[in-house]
Parts: sequence; C-alpha cells; structure tokens
Amino acid sequence: MSETTAPRTTAKAEAAGGLGIGRLLLEGRAFFALIAIIAVFSVLSPNYFTLANFLIMSSQVAVYGILAIGMLLVILNGGIDLSVGSILALSGVIAGALMQGVEIAPLGVILYPPVWAVVVLTCALGALVGSVNGVLVAIFRVPAFVATLGVMYVARGIALLLTNGLTYNNLSGRPELGNTGFDWLGFNRLGGIPISVLVLATLAVLTGLMLSRSSFGRWLYASGGNERAADLSGVPVKRVQITVYTLSGILSAIAGLVLASQLTSAGPTAGMTYELTAIAAVVIGGAALTGGRGTVRGTMLGAFVIVFLANGLVIIGVSAYWQTVFTGAVIVLAVLMNSIRYGGSIRKR
Amino acid sequence: MNDVTQPGSDPRGVLLAARNVSKSYGNVHALRGVNFDIHRGQVTTLFGENGAGKSTLMKILSGVVQPTSGEIILDGQPVTFASATDARDRGISIIHQELSLAPNLSVRDNIFMGREISGPTGVDFAEEERQVRKLMADLEEDISPQTPVDELRLGQQQIVEIARALSVDSRILIMDEPTSALSATEVEVLFRVIRDLTAKGVSIVYISHHLEEALQITDHAVVLRDGAMTASAPRDRIDLNWIVRNMVGDNYDLGTPPLGYGFGDVALSVRDLTVRDPAGGFNLVDRLSLDVRAGEVVCIYGLMGAGRTELLETVAGRMRAASGQIVLEGHEVSHLTIAERIARGLALVPEDRQRDGLVQTMSVGENLSLASIRSFTRGLFTSTRLERQIVDSTIRKVTVKTSGGDATIGSLSGGNQQKVVIGKMLATNPRVILLDEPSRGIDIGAKGEVFRLLADRAREGLAVVYSTSEVGECLSIAHRIIVMHRGRISAEFDSSVTKEQIMAASGEAMVA
Repeated sequence: MSETTAPRTTAKAEAAGGLGIGRLLLEGRAFFALIAIIAVFSVLSPNYFTLANFLIMSSQVAVYGILAIGMLLVILNGGIDLSVGSILALSGVIAGALMQGVEIAPLGVILYPPVWAVVVLTCALGALVGSVNGVLVAIFRVPAFVATLGVMYVARGIALLLTNGLTYNNLSGRPELGNTGFDWLGFNRLGGIPISVLVLATLAVLTGLMLSRSSFGRWLYASGGNERAADLSGVPVKRVQITVYTLSGILSAIAGLVLASQLTSAGPTAGMTYELTAIAAVVIGGAALTGGRGTVRGTMLGAFVIVFLANGLVIIGVSAYWQTVFTGAVIVLAVLMNSIRYGGSIRKR
Repeated sequence: MNDVTQPGSDPRGVLLAARNVSKSYGNVHALRGVNFDIHRGQVTTLFGENGAGKSTLMKILSGVVQPTSGEIILDGQPVTFASATDARDRGISIIHQELSLAPNLSVRDNIFMGREISGPTGVDFAEEERQVRKLMADLEEDISPQTPVDELRLGQQQIVEIARALSVDSRILIMDEPTSALSATEVEVLFRVIRDLTAKGVSIVYISHHLEEALQITDHAVVLRDGAMTASAPRDRIDLNWIVRNMVGDNYDLGTPPLGYGFGDVALSVRDLTVRDPAGGFNLVDRLSLDVRAGEVVCIYGLMGAGRTELLETVAGRMRAASGQIVLEGHEVSHLTIAERIARGLALVPEDRQRDGLVQTMSVGENLSLASIRSFTRGLFTSTRLERQIVDSTIRKVTVKTSGGDATIGSLSGGNQQKVVIGKMLATNPRVILLDEPSRGIDIGAKGEVFRLLADRAREGLAVVYSTSEVGECLSIAHRIIVMHRGRISAEFDSSVTKEQIMAASGEAMVA
C-alpha cells in the first residue's frame, strides 16, 4: 500500500519539478495569453493601448464576463446552458417594455415603474427562465444540452413576439415620470472605471467567494465531479442543479440590462451566439466541460482574452472573417491544453 | 525463499516463460526480475495484493506493454510482441479485469468486434450467431446473440467477455479476475470450461482475489509481492496459508469480534422492509426485519443478487421502499432524504467506491470533509481551520497513507481510497454505519486495517452493519452473521458458526 502510494507521488512531484516552466505556462496560460495579446497589439497599433480603447473593451468584457460567470457555474455542475443569449435578449426587451410604460387597459392608466423596479423585475424574469432550465434538467432528467436548446428558442421567440421584431429605442426615461437613470449602468463611471466593469468585478468576487468558501460551492464542485458520490454524501444534488441554472438565468438578465443600458436600446435579436462566446471564455479559462473543475479567475481571463483579441484584430484592420478563424483557433488550443493538463490523471487509472 | 522452484528446471512443459523480466515506469519499479512459467495445458494462478505487479506482468505477456529488461520465451524461442494484436496472432489472448464491452451493441457484435466474419454480402451474421450460440451453450448461459449487452446483468456481461476470449482459438488464455461478478453456479460452469480447455492443451493464466476459489482450479501457483516473485510451487505443495503467507509476508488476521462491553439500545430497526424490482420478478428485499444494537457488528452474507446492496441502499435512502419501516434510535426515517438521514446518524459506505464513493476531481481532504460540510460552516462561509482539523484527525483515525489532505485521490492505492470513503462517513459522527462490501478490491493488509478500525468504533458504541461475499470475512469482527437469500434472511448465526454452515444457508452449493 504505502509502497504503491509513495513512488507514484514522488514520480509526480519529479515530473512537476522537471517541467517547472512548462507547467507554469500551462497553469497560467490564459494569463500569459492575455499579456501576449496586449503586447502584440500595442506594438502593431498605437490606438490599442489607449484609455479610450480600454474603456470600449472593458464594457464589452462586462457583458460577456457576466454571462460567462453563469456559464461557469453550470459547466462546473457538468451541464451546459445554451439559453443565456436568448435570456439576455428577452430580459433587455422586458426592461425596455417596462421603461416605455406598462399600460393597464381596464384602468386606463400607464404605469412607469422606477428603474430599480425594472432591474428587480428583469432579474426575477431571468431567474424564472433559468429555473425552468434547472427543473427540466434536474427533475425531468432532460439532457442539459437539449433542455437549454429548447429554452433558447422559446425565449428568443417570446422576445420577438413581444416586440414584433422591433427594437425599443431611447430607454433613458423622462424626469417627469421619475424613471431616469437606466443608462447609469452602461455609461457612468466611478473613479474612472465604468459601472458595468464594477458590476462584473463585484459579481466575480462574490462568485469566487461562493465557490471557494461556501458549502454551496463545495456541493457544486462535488456534484459536478461525481453526482452519485455527492448524493450519497448528503449533498442536495437536485437543489444544486436547479440553483446553478437559476443563477445563470439571473446573470443573463443582468448582462441583458447592462447591454441595453450601454446601447440605450433593447432589441429581440441582441445576444445572438453570445452563449457560445460565454462557453469559449469558460473553456479558455481552464474549466473542464465534464464538470468539477474550473475557477472564476480563469473564466474572467478567458473573457478578457476573447474580447481583447477580437478588438485588437479589428484595430489592426484584419477582416471580420479572419477574426472568426482566430477566435476558433484560440478555443481549440485552449481545449487542447486542457486535455494535456487533465489527461495525465485520467490515463493513470 | 525455499519454496521457489528452480526456473527452467523443467523446460519441457513450459509453453511461454518470462525470464528475469523487469518493468519500470520512470523510477517506479513495477516488476523486478520476475521469472514466470506458463505450463502447457495447465492452469497457473498468479497471486498477489493490489499493486504487486500482477496486471503489469500480464500486460507484458499479452503484448500490451514492453518489458524494460528481460526476455519472453515462447516455445523455447525468445520473442518480442509488437502489440496486443501481435500476441493474439501468436495465440495469446487476455480477459481484462475491467469489462471492455460496448453496451449499445448486441452480444454477437461484441464477441466479433474488430474481427467480423465476412461473407459474400458483407458481414456473415448467421455464421456469427451460430458460433455465439455454441459458445453460450458451452458456458451454459441462456443469452441470445441479439441481446444488447446493456440489458444483461453484470455477471452475464462477464460471461460475454469470457465468450469473446474463447471465440479466438488461443493457446494461452489469460484471465484477470474473471469471476468477480459471477454467481457460484456460473463460477462452477467457468471452471468446467477451464478444465475442458486445459484438456485440449490450452494453457490458462488465472488471477483472482478470491483465494479459496482459485485454489480449486489451479495447477501451479506463483506469488508476487512488491513487483518481485516471492514463491512458486505446484498445487500439491500449497494451501491457503502458504499463499497468504507469501502474499503479505506473515500470517494475517482479519480480527475477532470486539468483546468486553455490553451492547446499547437498538440503534437501527428495520421492519417488514420490501423493495420491488423495477424490472418485475422477485422482490429485491422481501418483508425483511432486522435489529442492530449500539456497539454491535453485524455481517450480511449473500451471493450476488441476494438483495444485500438493495437492503443497505434502501436503509440509507438511495432506493425507495415499497413498504416497511426504518427506525433509527426510535425515530422513523423512511420519509427522510439521504442528507437528513446522515444528519440523524445513519451513514452508508457504498459498494463501488469509484462510481459512488469518491469525487475524483477533488482532493483527499475535500473528499473526506464532503459529508460533514455543515459541521465546519460558520454563517455563510466554511472555516478552513475547522475543516483542516476534521481532515487531519480523520486521516489519522482511519490511517490513510497520503502526503496530506491536498493530495489527489488518484495518488492513493485502492485500500487507502476505501479508507477515505469510510473516513468521510465516520466524520459525520454516525450512530449506525452501513458498509456495502467494504473489502471489495482492496488487499488483505488493508482489509485487516479496515476491520480493526470498525471494531474499534463499535467498542465506542457505533452500530456496524457490513455486507460481504467472502465467507472468511464473516468470521472476522462480526458478533452476528445474517445470511440473505432472495431478499430474505435465510439464517442467522453467532460468531461461532462455520464457513460451511454459512454457505449452505446462502443457497450456495459447495464447489468440489
């Protein structure tokens, strides 16, 4: 027993020592990739490393990053959430409708809810749609891919139905109705930092604390790593599953609010393919799609890598088609590195 | 090592031999200068604890891996196998320990996977089916060639695996734990097939943890320990004690029932528990009643399919009971969730530690503390300090050999992994602990440690219920032995019972 244990661990330690630099690069690959991206584009274009450009990029990161946090929670659980882009659009549309006023026909009045109420209602809607995903997956045992694919279409369809395909413009509200301030989220800054980035940072820190320090975080890693073992250890696996999809829904709604606020408009076709960007950010950040492995820090780096790369390519004038090719190559490279990193432990068995 | 016969002293009967074979992975020596002879038309059994190097040796002999040094001699000529296919072409085939069947395919397609019989119009399914029927008739199994493998129970899948190896006409057949999921009758049939094969001149290499069973079939025994051969001898010169002595180095002891204290009140009481088989047929557990007192150790013995696992999993809350009561220290718990039962002091250590016991993506420490997270959560957050205390004290109490709580689960041996699963449940401070085959797949040294640990906790007032399919393990620490057969208790004994009495009550015929 000890004979078999000891050599294995020493062999491992030795391998780690021998590949010290390689391992460091592998572990921190998203970070080094980000540094490399910034360095390369700063050299290639004088417009890249400027305050104005960083503000543009960070507001893009905010939307993708918030979606990716939700996606990370679902992926840690061993699932996938394809509906985040649609929930984002639906939330934006609902927020837009609420800002434009809700007409209650029988009473003949038009209600203009204040901005905080719009935010709360929109998040509640995101939670509702997310929990539908969760219930489908946890209780009715629909595979996550299929359940969220269905919800993706339904939510998008509802957003289109509500608006007839049109976009709500001018969401800034009117002072006499007391519902101004919707653009605060997307436009304002606090100490030079955009509010949306602060929202992202707050959400990332809270999620990081939840994952590393709360019992829920431990339950999530355990049920993603081995649901049966977690169940037998008394982890409420179904509750965990429903909760992560609900949280993903809420975060999608927040992302929808941020995006609508940045654009001061909300359209039903917003956030198309954003779910794929979010998945890419999580994967580049080192999370395993099989569940149980991944961190918020990695996911944030993943979101930065995607946005900073795409933006840099735009600035140096690479065609949009090539941008797609580059993004795809980065994703595949990331997954390739994941299999190098996790492959060893699997092959050992 | 006076038991070692001189290698090469009788080269006439040796078909395949390993001479001074070593295998290293990095600086880990899996095998060190091993000599191993396979005798023509005889059964050679390889004994050894987990990690002794049995599987590595078999992989070398079947061409899956190459030795670092030493040579393989086939028919008196040194050979090198380029691959497993190369070895198979030379007449060596192997039944691996883990099932390697495609569950979605039929029995026929599995048996002929990769070497389909071609006819004029593609695959000749009729001929394949004819051959499968013949194989199944030899194995006395009523399995249709068209049945998808995932509709078969585990034992039958193992039969299919065996049939696949038999369908290749090989001169040497290596069987790595072929009987782990077979019933006593199926083992008997397999042994008959092995005897038929040896009569035809086929040589068999047999590996089993089930020592008594292996002794019935073997002609030669070879024992490995720590990658080196410790002994080898023909059947007439060995017995169980000889094998165990050479495997572990000295006499082993699975313990005796802890004595010198009185039992407490009834801790767990099961009343008329019935569990239905979702597939129909017999009830898995049939109106079963059982009382276990605090401090008592109860062993449940039974064959595969006797309902042991179903009984334990229903009591723990994994499966639903159709009727009956489960009472823990006077409180009815049948309506509670698994988590609530754990909180009340009822814990289960599941049978399959890889599938149900461990989270491979988490560290040793995180696995150990998984079931007792609430006890070190203060407010919203977990306390790193309290968690470390729990992990460190559990590692000490259950004597897990590990570099610490941060080690990965994969770095532990099977026995230590099992201790992690047991430690995880003991950390919840249970009143009753249920263990489903706690000794499965761990070596004798670790078995003894696990049983000693349970006996110590029983002395402190823990009610222990464990199940086993090895009779020898009933006669270790159990105060009371319960035999299950078809979902019911067919007999109940105290610790003075003999192995024969237990086996007779389980419906198991003594294999001659």
